[in-house]
Amino acid sequence: MEFTLEQAGFAFLAAVIVIFSIMTVTTKRILRAATYLLFVLFATAGIYFQLNYSFLGAVQLLIYAGGIIVLYVFSILLTSSDEDKKAPLRNRRTLSGLIVSIVGAVMCIYLLLTHCYPPVLFAEGEVDMHAIGYAMMGTGKYQYLLPFEAVSVLLLACIIGGLLIARKRK
Amino acid sequence: MEIQMQYYLLVSTVMFFAGVYGFVTRRNLIAILLSIELILNAVNINFAVFNRYLFPGQMEGLFFSIFSIAIAAAETAVAIAIIVNIYRNLKNIEVKNLDELKD
Repeated sequence: MEFTLEQAGFAFLAAVIVIFSIMTVTTKRILRAATYLLFVLFATAGIYFQLNYSFLGAVQLLIYAGGIIVLYVFSILLTSSDEDKKAPLRNRRTLSGLIVSIVGAVMCIYLLLTHCYPPVLFAEGEVDMHAIGYAMMGTGKYQYLLPFEAVSVLLLACIIGGLLIARKRK
Repeated sequence: MEIQMQYYLLVSTVMFFAGVYGFVTRRNLIAILLSIELILNAVNINFAVFNRYLFPGQMEGLFFSIFSIAIAAAETAVAIAIIVNIYRNLKNIEVKNLDELKD
């Protein structure tokens, strides 16, 4: 059996996601966890590109990898103390976390592998950028101007809320 | 179409439960936030994959992922503002020290 280029790319992205997402939650250093999360987000953007959702992949790279991770790194550097590094990761919650995640993962994977899916209608080709723009800015059925505006109001509220919460008090 | 849909879903399942594990076991507030990012990201992959494989003529999953990314960014910004404020008051962001709401 021969691997195509697409399958090899997917195998690489899947391996990166699996390894680094597990390392994100098991490493002791918090800054390393943020770096591993950055790799996971890059690989996720790669999966979006592979699914031919270039716009979504670009949004992922811009907002997650470019914005959120930088915010995390700044806040980690602002709030890091020596106790974080010394504190042992092992505590009584480790066992319960392991049980919850392993049982849940096994159950979900079993369901995934035994479920009967509807027929796949995979269409090759890129989603038209014009179609995305019209769907985002239209007011008709299956068009998204209202949630777009709601998100913009939410972002404004977040800016004001963040300023209010983190401002210096006299 | 060479890659089965199930493989994408397997990857996102592993990512989701890694996030759940981190959410339960970590004690640093920022580490908990990183785990939440993993969970949200796994769900976004699922939306994109279902849209691509089952309903390729429509764009609901694509837009849900885009709005979910925007809302995750907003949530992160506010949460980090709160965490910085907590650090300013307590000099510490371990969960076990956060048992009082106001001084």
